Amino acid sequence: MHTPIPSTSVDTELEVQLFGQPLTHGTLPRWAPFATLAAAIVVGIVLDDIGLAIGVAAVAAVAFYAATIYLWSRTVEGHRKAKDRVLTTVVTSAFLLALLPLVSMVITVVQNGIQRLDTEFLSFSMRSIVGEGGGAYHAILGTLIITGLAALISVPIGMLCAIYLVEYGGGKLAKAITFFVDVMTGIPSIVAGLFAYALFALLFGPGVRMGIMGAIALSVLMIPIVVRSTEEMLKLVPNELREAAYALAVPKWRMITKVVLPTALAGIATGVTLAIARIIGETAPLLITVGITTGVNMNPFDGRMSALPVFSYYEYIRTGIHTAASQDRAWTAALILIIIVMLLNLAARLISRLFAPKTRA
Amino acid sequence: MPLSERNRPRAQVRERPGDRIFSGLSTGAGVLILVVLASVASFLLIEAWPAFMAPPEDIPGGEGLVVYIWPLLFGTLLSAVLALLVAAPLAVAIALFITHYAPRRTAQGLGYVIDLLAAVPSIIYGLWGIAVLAPATVSSTEWLSKYLGFIPLFAGPPSSTGRTMLLAIIVLAVMVLPIITAVVREAFLQTPRLHEEASLALGATRWEMVKMTVFPFGRSAIVGASMLGLGRALGETMAVAIVLSVSGGVTFNLISSGNPSTIAANIALDFPESSGLAVNALIASGLVLFAVTLVVNMIARAVINRRREFSGAN
Repeated sequence: MHTPIPSTSVDTELEVQLFGQPLTHGTLPRWAPFATLAAAIVVGIVLDDIGLAIGVAAVAAVAFYAATIYLWSRTVEGHRKAKDRVLTTVVTSAFLLALLPLVSMVITVVQNGIQRLDTEFLSFSMRSIVGEGGGAYHAILGTLIITGLAALISVPIGMLCAIYLVEYGGGKLAKAITFFVDVMTGIPSIVAGLFAYALFALLFGPGVRMGIMGAIALSVLMIPIVVRSTEEMLKLVPNELREAAYALAVPKWRMITKVVLPTALAGIATGVTLAIARIIGETAPLLITVGITTGVNMNPFDGRMSALPVFSYYEYIRTGIHTAASQDRAWTAALILIIIVMLLNLAARLISRLFAPKTRA
Repeated sequence: MPLSERNRPRAQVRERPGDRIFSGLSTGAGVLILVVLASVASFLLIEAWPAFMAPPEDIPGGEGLVVYIWPLLFGTLLSAVLALLVAAPLAVAIALFITHYAPRRTAQGLGYVIDLLAAVPSIIYGLWGIAVLAPATVSSTEWLSKYLGFIPLFAGPPSSTGRTMLLAIIVLAVMVLPIITAVVREAFLQTPRLHEEASLALGATRWEMVKMTVFPFGRSAIVGASMLGLGRALGETMAVAIVLSVSGGVTFNLISSGNPSTIAANIALDFPESSGLAVNALIASGLVLFAVTLVVNMIARAVINRRREFSGAN
């Protein structure tokens, strides 16, 4: 922001020296952007009223805002500031544009899913259900079992790997592992599913479907996330703590388990929770490894199971005379899924806030 | 500790069984990661092998594996690259908004909101895409084919359901947005404060400051993050499987009802009902997808890591 030079006499004196060129540009008043915004909103509402689609009206309003503020600023402040104001508009509207799908998605899922969010949905399976009714009890159980197994596999491996990288590694091996962990985060989920299928097809023959296959597929996706977040947290542990432990002749493994891990525990728990939130909604790998059933199957080592996202998918694509009922079930399953994911995200934030290590005063 | 042993305390430390077990365990976990990655490749190869060896007429479609996989690969690349072209500029703008434009106090919260987009399961993107976005795009695809129909991308005829490649691209773009934003945001935050202040002190406007200090500093992060986003878009399965109406074939036409499928979506749609050699062919296509994403991700990480080494630019 330019501050106008208070003394006018100096100004005129210098202006004379500079052949009449003013020394400072003018500035738009502070209320200028707000006034333009208000005008743009009015334009948008009017355009919407005369029958344009809401999206077109919104784009037109943004364009109107950008054009007005540009011309206004250009005449008063010069072209550099005008460009700056236009780009501020562009950047801000890009952010608002990104919020649009999130809001729309949440509203859609809640609207469509709320009708069947009842006790029947939470306590019944789909066994011998043809039309309306039925629920996702079996799918919720299946999701919990499969995700739990995946966490059981991934958390120890991921944490140990991160411990290796931070506390032991340093050579070429550690560098290679860091690189490939990063690469592994990019494995498509469907490929992880195919891997689990190929592994079990070799052991049990083709066409095999088991809960544990899904858990292994999810582990392939979860391990790198756990490694990365744990690694970040272990790196935050101050070296003074390690040195203090060494000074007391504590063996390295005791130092890690008794000093480093407890200090980083809150952060690690946050990372694990976020990792679970990431994989609990995975559909594709479970679709090809676990399949779908209508009844409750609590044994992940025996045959097909149901999982919430797969359940939602199959209910959505089901055709026949009762599509309305199955569509409702699909949306409610999606709603439960989104609630679980949001709760896990919230829990992660709470954990990191409440149990943050008190390393510095 | 007895006096006689004081001379070799290091040896004493190495003898501890607890240390040995623990370091062995953690090294083993590290090596396991490499083993898993290698075994993903090798198991896929083993299961895909029968499809490579089979006579062409046994592959679904009857014309061999290359003819089977090529349209899928084309659809995958087309949707992912165009989604990236939509998402990358937006993601850079959003990262810029969060790091340099938003009020400082709200910036972190806004970052969480964008991260929430990444947390939404892909099946929900698919359901939302087909229920909300598809009907909304119908009128614009009609407009596109009417007025911009001379561009091959919008040749039409426009689909009446909205389940077009364009829709898949938009959904994919929304899905990769948070991933690109997260990486770019980190890089932008690390721009040396002194560079920014110096350019402002020279009278630069905020945009000029961004152009002269933030962008040069974050350039490789933008490239790397875009590659990461590309990798994610290539492998995205459920959203595309639900949203896209598939007819096979190779076409650049984005708004008709006949679209090439993508590898991942094709696997998800066909795998549950397949048996025999069809499964092997699907796994072979999965192997191709794995190879493509692996290369893309390795380039992405190499670019990002190179930046990290030079991040002490000041």
